[in-house]
Amino acid sequence: MDIEKRIHGLKTRLDYVRDISGHKDNENVRLLAAKLAEFEERAKALPVHEVAKQFTALEDFFTFVEKKLDRELTPMDKVRIVRHPQRICLRDILENVYDNYTELGGQDEYSIDPSMLIARAYITRRVGGKVYNQPVMVIGQEKGHGQEFRNGGSVKPWGNAKAQHYMKVAQTENIPIHTYIFTPGSYPIEEPPGAAQQIARNLYEMAGLSVPIVACISEGGSGGAEAIGLADARLMLSHGYYSVISPEGAAAIEGRLRQGQRAPAELIEACAKALKITADDNRAMGYVDRVVPEPPLGARPEHYDFFKLLRQEMIRATDSVVLSVRGWNFFRMMALRSGRGDEEKRTEDIYVRWSLSAQARERLIWRRYMKFRRMSRHAYLDPRHYLDKVSGWGREAWWSVSSFFKYDFFKKHQKKFAHAVEEIGAEVQVLKDKVGAPLGKVRGLLGNGRSLDLEKAGKSLTELSCWEGGACGFLNGSGYLSPQARDDRTVTCPRADEHGCLDLWAPELFGDSAGVCAFCGHHFPMESQWYLHNVFDRESVFEFNKRIESGNPLSHEGLAKALEKAKRETGQKCSCLTFEAKVKDVRVVVAMLTANFRGGSVGAAEGEKFIRAADRARKKHYPFLAYVHGTAGIRIQEGVNGVIQMPRCTLAVRRYMEEGGLYVVLYDHNSYAGPVASFLGCSPYQFAVRSANIGFAGPGVIKETTGIDIPPDYHDAHQALSRGHIVAIWDRREIRENLYQALLTMGGRNLYYR
Amino acid sequence: MIDVKALLEEMKASPYTMVEVATPHTGVLSLSLAPGAQVRGPLGSWKEKKGTTLATIERERNVKPIHAPTNGVVESVASDLDTAFVQAATPFCTIRHYLTKAEVLAAILKKALFLFPAPERAKYYFVPEVDKKVRASGSRAVKVRDGMELFIVSRMKRESPLAYSGPAGIIYAVYFGLADNVDAGDPLIGVCPADQLAVIQDVVNRVQAEWEEPEGNG
Repeated sequence: MDIEKRIHGLKTRLDYVRDISGHKDNENVRLLAAKLAEFEERAKALPVHEVAKQFTALEDFFTFVEKKLDRELTPMDKVRIVRHPQRICLRDILENVYDNYTELGGQDEYSIDPSMLIARAYITRRVGGKVYNQPVMVIGQEKGHGQEFRNGGSVKPWGNAKAQHYMKVAQTENIPIHTYIFTPGSYPIEEPPGAAQQIARNLYEMAGLSVPIVACISEGGSGGAEAIGLADARLMLSHGYYSVISPEGAAAIEGRLRQGQRAPAELIEACAKALKITADDNRAMGYVDRVVPEPPLGARPEHYDFFKLLRQEMIRATDSVVLSVRGWNFFRMMALRSGRGDEEKRTEDIYVRWSLSAQARERLIWRRYMKFRRMSRHAYLDPRHYLDKVSGWGREAWWSVSSFFKYDFFKKHQKKFAHAVEEIGAEVQVLKDKVGAPLGKVRGLLGNGRSLDLEKAGKSLTELSCWEGGACGFLNGSGYLSPQARDDRTVTCPRADEHGCLDLWAPELFGDSAGVCAFCGHHFPMESQWYLHNVFDRESVFEFNKRIESGNPLSHEGLAKALEKAKRETGQKCSCLTFEAKVKDVRVVVAMLTANFRGGSVGAAEGEKFIRAADRARKKHYPFLAYVHGTAGIRIQEGVNGVIQMPRCTLAVRRYMEEGGLYVVLYDHNSYAGPVASFLGCSPYQFAVRSANIGFAGPGVIKETTGIDIPPDYHDAHQALSRGHIVAIWDRREIRENLYQALLTMGGRNLYYR
Repeated sequence: MIDVKALLEEMKASPYTMVEVATPHTGVLSLSLAPGAQVRGPLGSWKEKKGTTLATIERERNVKPIHAPTNGVVESVASDLDTAFVQAATPFCTIRHYLTKAEVLAAILKKALFLFPAPERAKYYFVPEVDKKVRASGSRAVKVRDGMELFIVSRMKRESPLAYSGPAGIIYAVYFGLADNVDAGDPLIGVCPADQLAVIQDVVNRVQAEWEEPEGNG
């Protein structure tokens, strides 16, 4: 009976090896199968003690082959490992890593989203004869060994909202958060609160959480992973993957496949390799701090030693984070860092209280900001001379100093003086009114006021009128002519079938009408230059950091050529333009994602420029406008170098807003995926130009991943407005006016705008 | 009185409708299909996928496709208009559309029934006496006449009575459900004269049983 059980165990191991080999014809698998079959045949005739002996030898052989296979694992094999139903899941971790736990926010299928599991757990430590119970908030995706209702760990927007809620709870309770990332990606639907919007909220929340966050990545799929991945310490399981997109998704894009077509296995393998998604790759690039080694061919629930190791790693990471922001840490930090001695003893023998003081909390947020700020610096090109860089730093330091004196130091004293002047002024005004009233009456009787009216009426009758909000309303007289307007032809409005729009004459449509259909108001795409010339004051645009260039950090095949072409065609170095400009004399710092450069996709260079723009706005006390001419998402060819811009930029805008900055986002055309789900989506003031599409994933991806047919207007700006993602929809011809109005009304006394 | 049976026979004799496609405006026409070609109308839950391209028309360097409005077979094409400049509303293609079961039934019922429309978007209920009757013996047990108080209009917690106006008869079909919001103009009930009930029922059964649809139709 015992032998039968053990044979069954070996068969399960064999099936597992077969599953993770995928379609590949593996000699080792055949050998294992043959050995097992041979043993089964022979065992019938052998005496019991001999069977046991031979079986032990067979088990050793299995272990030997597994170790051998482990050394040959390809990135795609690792993807198959993390997706396997036998892979450890969060429940196993809660059972084996923590000493006690209670699930929060629902259980199993009786939960708002069963794919997001949250638990209040305890770690019990005995140090120096004393027992310490240390509470933590555990948040993570649950795949449930293939349970259907878990949705494969693909979290719906409301699941992420649940996570956000309990993050706040942890902050209130001053306990650390352990997040476990087991997701192939977020469930890309826009039902309220909306996939992109909720991930952005989570990132924004985590950017300012004042408790230690430790993340452990097993399957880190893009935005879904980032929703709980912005952490002070990031661990990764050695057989996990962390990527901007699934290898299948990347293959569909690389192979230019249409909906429903399947990518060939070789292409998927190649993409998995090119994206550099493994733990070692991510460690080398600096996106994870430590790699937790797993048993050969990946951890499964029966690997108890692995859980022990994971427990030590999590405790150690939390201790390190806490000690790094504490005052008294010297000996304990040294002990944690020392490589000598028994690992387990070292971790468990050191006691660190995990709650933080107010000062430590501030230091923690600063360290988190700096940690992400330092990432991905290798992934873009900055060909500036060393002296240029030094002078740039000098200038920035000067802005900080002058801003301090102008807005902090002087303002404090200036306030008292200004209040006094205000009071005196008000008194004088009352006196003036009393004295001046009889004089005004006399002047009125003489009819002095009339002459002005007559002059105005005369002007309006003799001069050309200007239609409000029309040609001379939105144009600032720059004389810019769109190249589309040079084509003498007519175009059809895409909504002509529904609204009966007549054909539009291109020179008029792309000229005076600013690309707006005269019949239904549909907005045709306009090139990014149009905005530069028509939204901002004439000749007020001053571009900075223009030498920062998109690179090819993963040496992705074909990207260098494509970038070269985009640079040549657009004259830009990357898809993000950063400049200072004026809107009716109000100075603003603008970061503009332009759709004409690689679809406005965001990589390391774009992220860096965005962060520097936010920093500049903060240092100069200017409002910060993110103008999204169009963005297709994160540049997948840059892999994690791209996706890491989501937390990086969110941290930067949070820092800017926390210090009192006004951050306004304006979407135009199509804005999708990562950027919307992070640094754009976290702004409290997001606006859209009419006919803009805003969302997390495009219709094709939604259909492919969820099987749901979505209506044609699913990503329309009006849908985003109705679920509260954006706050208003603007006509393109009124952007300038509305922007000015927004700066005046949203930029209050405590916000920078003048 | 309408002879419903004759109507069905007439439809059976010629189970097609000819859909004439005309140019939307002036321009140079380029035909893409020949007679006998199979075409399909708009597809998708929201009819978001356009039908087969029948032709393109170019005006002021704007090439615009003209799509098939319905499924069927191209019966005739005005090939003399190919690459010629045409006026607006010039017919250039005829599609022979085989009528579907639903279309035949709709056509017959449209002629045989009187459809009473909803005056505004609201929830509709029968008045209690009628409702009782409908629940007990079906809607066809209810006789209606002009001016009879038949419905209760419920909107935003306010309820008001609504009288039926139209020819007298029995309720053949009810088009609204309990607690459904009915849009203004949508039919609430279909009324037919009492003596025609049996005939209509018979014709409907025959259509359901006998009408055959060719492959790819719908």
